[in-house]
Amino acid sequence: MAILVNKDSRVVVQGMTGSEGRRHTQRMLDAGTRIVAGVNPAKAGQTVDFDGASVPVFASVAEAMAATGADVSVVFVPPKAAKGAVIEAIDAGIGLTVIITEGIPVHDTAAFWAHACATGNRTRVVGPNCPGVISPGQSNAGITPADITGLGPIGLVSKSGTLTYQMMYELRDIGFSTCVGIGGDPIVGTTHIDALAAFEADPDTAGIVMIGEIGGDAEERAADYIRDHVAKPVVGYVAGFTAPEGKTMGHAGAIVSGSAGTATAKKDALEAAGVTVGKTPSETADHMRTIINNQR
Amino acid sequence: MDLFEYQAKDLFAAHGVPVLPGRVASSVVEAEAAAAELGGTVVVKAQVKTGGRGKAGGVKLAATPAEAAEKAGAILGMDIKGHAVARVLVTAASEIVEEYYFSFLLDRTSRTFLAMASVEGGVDIEEVAASKPEALAKVPVDPLEGVDAAKAREIVVAAGFPAEVTDAAAAAVVALWDAFVGEDATLVEVNPLVRDGAGAVIALDGKMTLDSNAAFRHPEHAELADTGAADPLEAKARARDLNYVKLDGQVGVIGNGAGLVMSTLDVVAYAGERHGGVTPANFLDIGGGANAQVMADGLDVILGDPDVVAVFVNVFGGITACDQVATGIVQALELLGDAAGKPLVVRLDGNNVAEGRAILAAAAHPLVTMADTMDGGADTAARLAAKGA
Repeated sequence: MAILVNKDSRVVVQGMTGSEGRRHTQRMLDAGTRIVAGVNPAKAGQTVDFDGASVPVFASVAEAMAATGADVSVVFVPPKAAKGAVIEAIDAGIGLTVIITEGIPVHDTAAFWAHACATGNRTRVVGPNCPGVISPGQSNAGITPADITGLGPIGLVSKSGTLTYQMMYELRDIGFSTCVGIGGDPIVGTTHIDALAAFEADPDTAGIVMIGEIGGDAEERAADYIRDHVAKPVVGYVAGFTAPEGKTMGHAGAIVSGSAGTATAKKDALEAAGVTVGKTPSETADHMRTIINNQR
Repeated sequence: MDLFEYQAKDLFAAHGVPVLPGRVASSVVEAEAAAAELGGTVVVKAQVKTGGRGKAGGVKLAATPAEAAEKAGAILGMDIKGHAVARVLVTAASEIVEEYYFSFLLDRTSRTFLAMASVEGGVDIEEVAASKPEALAKVPVDPLEGVDAAKAREIVVAAGFPAEVTDAAAAAVVALWDAFVGEDATLVEVNPLVRDGAGAVIALDGKMTLDSNAAFRHPEHAELADTGAADPLEAKARARDLNYVKLDGQVGVIGNGAGLVMSTLDVVAYAGERHGGVTPANFLDIGGGANAQVMADGLDVILGDPDVVAVFVNVFGGITACDQVATGIVQALELLGDAAGKPLVVRLDGNNVAEGRAILAAAAHPLVTMADTMDGGADTAARLAAKGA
């Protein structure tokens, strides 16, 4: 089953004809993803040849959906045009749009998120500035390396791309149902809580790893949610215990301001909700491995 | 990017927010000339990107140009919470009848914008929020609808602004929204927003944070960057587009991806607890898809930090290819030659890892130690740093 994407997902790539889009489309295809269409108004009617597939290009997401039954879009469109691309996907009524693009102005993200909400959230938004969603062995909507590990019973949700990869690698002996990179921007569509809810409902997920980092209060709110709504075992990790106050650590959201957003506050909140929190990625992985092995 | 008060007020004025005339001065002579030009009593205000300037003695009244020069002399060069004062703003003084607080900001929790307003202005707003939360009105703003005159009225009425200033305050709020959107800000804050003796509403102070992701829409914002304040290593890193933050430890850290690098800092600090208390010397994210040149640039910055005793390179190749990283390391060491002189612990995993490790093995550089895991690499780097410190 997995969550968000699976072997039946039909993926349209917005920005497929650009260099990043083309490169990652090939990688998604190599991972077994069903890429059914690309979108570029200037190249509508053409096809793009990949190793192992030839993908038609349409003028709009709506046309691509009508012609191919696409139900997931992956956005590689550059920051300047990303807002328009996401709004197009939402207006087309696609079920899921995964925004890989990094560097989108937050006013633009606020606008397309407000638009998604105003249209009743029929389109689930993941990202922006995220590695995307991978259900190993089934579908890879994004840029996560598909060869780290395979299918297994763990669900993973993380703000950080490379920490996701690190955690997949640490637990490569067990494998994952789905890994969701929600992105590190100040505003993201799908949150830790949304992913936790989906994993809780997914029969193929037996345990959940949640990776957070300094800044904001998403982890604290996720902790409240876990306490009240998640019965499956959750193991947490928070990056940035040694980050100094007032210095932005790469992600626009990763900053400790005053007493807010510290890793310690997040760890305490998670532990109070019954989540085992690892001190390091490897210790976190060990906690999850123990839980899965005890279930077997 | 956080702006200085004078920069924020320039942008306020450009969007029609009422501000008092002012001149920025970086010397006593300039301050005196500014006071003479403005005429009458002026206020000399330290320009630093931190709060509590008044309490620290960084804001002074001056009745004459000579007095303005004297006050500027006292304020320039002051240290306010670790910020050296390089400039003062000389601005006309005003008769303050009432002080209010106002801000627009990004509300990450509700994923929208928020207006905050209070009649308890001129003091630390976090204190008001904690001790008298009912005195701080918080009104969500829909990014698609924005703030028109009616919405602005709703906000100032919610905050309990006196009826006689409602119109003037609402007009100021609409102009502040225009600045917030028009400049792609994530924060505009006015504390205090004042009513003067004539009943006018004026932004007496100004804070603004601009979204660097929106720089492509605002080429003019580049001039607002405070190049003088950066640490020399941070400036060097910025010139090469590297995402670098200087910290105060001994273990240089390079990794790819903000989350992994933050995590690496933690793992190094934990390892340091076993090795003489060494800690990370920096945060450096070479980003996704980094090539050999980026890796070489990063190493050059880190090895140029005199505080660094040993370096830990921790890369998990997703898009980044490990062979590129290894090539970058070898190139940088060749280029730096004897100047390198510090042990490097390298952990590579992921994309093209076999090729990457083979390149490092073939180079067999005496300064380079390979590590199999993130934990192991951090431990080795901390041990080497403790030994060399």
